[in-house]
Amino acid sequence: MKRRTFLLGGTAVAAGGLVIGYRAWSSGFEAQAARLTAGDGGRLIAGWVRIGEDDAVTVYVPHVDMGQGTHTALAMMLAEELDADWSKVRAERAPGEKAFANRFLAQGWVLQGLELPRFLDAPVQTGFTAAARFINLQITGGSTAVRFTGQGGMRIVGAAARLMLIEAAARRWGVDAGELATRDGIVTHAKSGRAARYGELAAEAAELSVPASPPLKPRAAYRLIGTSVPRFDIPAKVTGAHLYASDIRLPGMRYAAVMAPPVHGGRLVSVDPTPAKAVKGVEQVVSFDEGIGVIAAGWWQARKGLAALKPVFADGGNGGASSASLSAEQERALAGGEGKSMHDEGDAEAVLKETGLRVLEATCHVPFLHHAAMEPMNATAQVKDGRLTVWSGEQDALGAKMKLVALSGFAAENVTLHALPVGGSFGRRVAAGGRHLDQVVRLARAAAPHPVQMIWSREEDFTQGTYRPQVASRLRAALGADGKPIAWSQAFVETPGINEAFRLPYQIPNQSIRAVPVPTHVTQGSWRSVAHTQHGFYTETFIDELAQAAARDPFEYRRDLLPAGSRHRRALEMAAEKAGWGKPLSAGRGRGIALVESFGTVVAQVIEASMEGGAPKVHRVVAAVDCGDVCHPDTATQQVEGAIVMGLGAAIAERITIEKGAVRQTNFPDYAIASMASTPPAIEVHFLRSDGPWGGLGEPGMPPVAPALANALFAATGKRARSLPLAPAMVA
Amino acid sequence: MITLTVNGQTRRVEAEADTPLLWVLREDLGLTGTRFGCGVAACGACTVHLDGEPARSCAIPLEAAAGAGITTIEGLPAAAGLAEGELHPVQKAWIEIQVPQCGYCQSGMIMAAAALLKANPKPSDAQIDAAITNLCRCGTYPRVRRAIRALSGQA
Repeated sequence: MKRRTFLLGGTAVAAGGLVIGYRAWSSGFEAQAARLTAGDGGRLIAGWVRIGEDDAVTVYVPHVDMGQGTHTALAMMLAEELDADWSKVRAERAPGEKAFANRFLAQGWVLQGLELPRFLDAPVQTGFTAAARFINLQITGGSTAVRFTGQGGMRIVGAAARLMLIEAAARRWGVDAGELATRDGIVTHAKSGRAARYGELAAEAAELSVPASPPLKPRAAYRLIGTSVPRFDIPAKVTGAHLYASDIRLPGMRYAAVMAPPVHGGRLVSVDPTPAKAVKGVEQVVSFDEGIGVIAAGWWQARKGLAALKPVFADGGNGGASSASLSAEQERALAGGEGKSMHDEGDAEAVLKETGLRVLEATCHVPFLHHAAMEPMNATAQVKDGRLTVWSGEQDALGAKMKLVALSGFAAENVTLHALPVGGSFGRRVAAGGRHLDQVVRLARAAAPHPVQMIWSREEDFTQGTYRPQVASRLRAALGADGKPIAWSQAFVETPGINEAFRLPYQIPNQSIRAVPVPTHVTQGSWRSVAHTQHGFYTETFIDELAQAAARDPFEYRRDLLPAGSRHRRALEMAAEKAGWGKPLSAGRGRGIALVESFGTVVAQVIEASMEGGAPKVHRVVAAVDCGDVCHPDTATQQVEGAIVMGLGAAIAERITIEKGAVRQTNFPDYAIASMASTPPAIEVHFLRSDGPWGGLGEPGMPPVAPALANALFAATGKRARSLPLAPAMVA
Repeated sequence: MITLTVNGQTRRVEAEADTPLLWVLREDLGLTGTRFGCGVAACGACTVHLDGEPARSCAIPLEAAAGAGITTIEGLPAAAGLAEGELHPVQKAWIEIQVPQCGYCQSGMIMAAAALLKANPKPSDAQIDAAITNLCRCGTYPRVRRAIRALSGQA
């Protein structure tokens, strides 16, 4: 029972049972899961894996495909332990039902003692006592799929299923299970020369009890993990056949365009529907407190109808707010307020008051950022025969379903959510930011019994986002005689949810880190890597300033503040070595370095850049990544590459601004994201294999980008940037 | 009633003349591989070929597309003379180099790349930058470039 204790940290969630997939938690859920995956004579074994009579192995993945390759990676982890024939393995999105709730994700957080990302606050509370409630989780975010679902779930489920297949063969042949071996989907008995395919054994195996503690393979025995097999999702993505939520076509379906109050938190006061109704194809104008929807035969007609309206909105008292007023308010709060203590070590304030020490101070600002996923927000819904059915791209399928139940008033069994692949998300499509669900339920009621597909215009998508917060931080540090920091005092503007990103990797004896609340009416959310984007910039540009003040090399300065042999130090040294740190550069170019740990992964980056024509030009990015082990090296590389490209775009020119209370940027021409032409010719990603716990990869490539670039530009020009974006003149 | 030639077939549609071609493809003709991104011809997710030239269908009124031969991602292999079920060389390279992440922009990206390579079989990096102005939020640009270079023998 040791394994069980490990899995659940001693809580009695699965009283009297075993924690493999859903199985022991509730026989009701087990039956439901089997029903949901029924067909073709296949059997669901050990939860999350189904083996067909034709040997097809289907892995049910409780995460959405947003392009991170997790379906392939998680199937690999299960198939590795199962000794499956990889050519017969497929992954499917687990239905958004409790039978497929992802307890492993929850346990990952509990066991590692990590603080929960903001988007989990609503459905989850920390602490072992809340573990039972975690079982409702089925979320994609926090770079969790491989490290928690994969390590804690898929591998164990695969290993358990393999033992069950072996046991089934042993019983059938009347031999000792210890004499049997498995490989490529076949159980063999060497002594007698007998062999049976998994598909032949599946029905018998499904009747057996699930082993409590299946042993996992040592790294040396891996055959799949660590290889870059072709991803499952790619063929359909090059033919256009991959269906996103907005590609759903249903009989009798109507289309809808919507508009919410431009000032967040505002209300619709009045609207005359007549002009919209005059547009050909328009069927209904649906108005409600938080906006207006127009339902038509086609989306373009709905959009034209909406554009013809002249609604009057109330601004909720926020019509005078601007980005500048928010910055000023934040600076005042940071200078005056003490804030609440987030971390204290020694007595930083006392040291900073001592005479004779070199004290540095900086205030950094970062802007609101938009997710700008390529697929605009959308959802399709139908209310018919007392049932609500919704088709939507959601990062948190169960959370979205619970939200739909609450919004509609229908019983949970009468609400079905089809969670579909999303055309990018980056934190946008979490249930907490689910205004689209509220809108689509209202529209579906109006259009009933017809289904209705609501698509936000790009303008609506830009102005009704859940932005990376516009925030600031005031930092002060005192240097000792050797130039090393002996005190670090930081106040930062608090963001909603739990934040661990302020923690310093560096050994500084006196630290005082405080969070200061400064409310805003602008809707904020989780943006790729969450609070690490701003804290990486604050910490890593300020430590660079300290190195400069101490007249030390910025790489060596950081290195000497890190424990010898630590993961952080190894990553930093690897990035410097691979980038040729210290070697001569052509005129006008500079190198910058930054180091950030996030989501269990340590990433150091060296960026080589110059200023050309008033804008930053990036020539080379070198990343050293320690995420423990790597399941799929090519996908892992691609995730870091993509985060670097996105991060450079954000650092150079992305900025959402508020004017008269509303978002000013309405479409891509106002908001310059990374492009082919802006992408540097050389992005090199190196992995350090360590025995540390597996870390995430969807987000950790992002946080070091902005500070490494800012530091490179300082090295090139001697000018220190304290605000993002670095080239504000490039955008509206 | 407007008559269009899409992927070699004649199609009659009821939509009004000012409707952007994109919505006719997606809603009237069920060709959902061409995607809506911005509505202002800025992102390229809706790229199709009009008489072989890349064009952003979200900003082309139906009446302006009526006389042209329209090719969408679904018809790309056939337009290159390939048999049904075969993939266009650009699509094959995309699989070989595992280009897509979320994949939403990739139909447009592939249409833009196919048009570029047809017009210029060996584009320089600067020519790639100038021709591929499609946006990808996942950041697949390094792999898009690598695939185009591989297709032009510059790998």
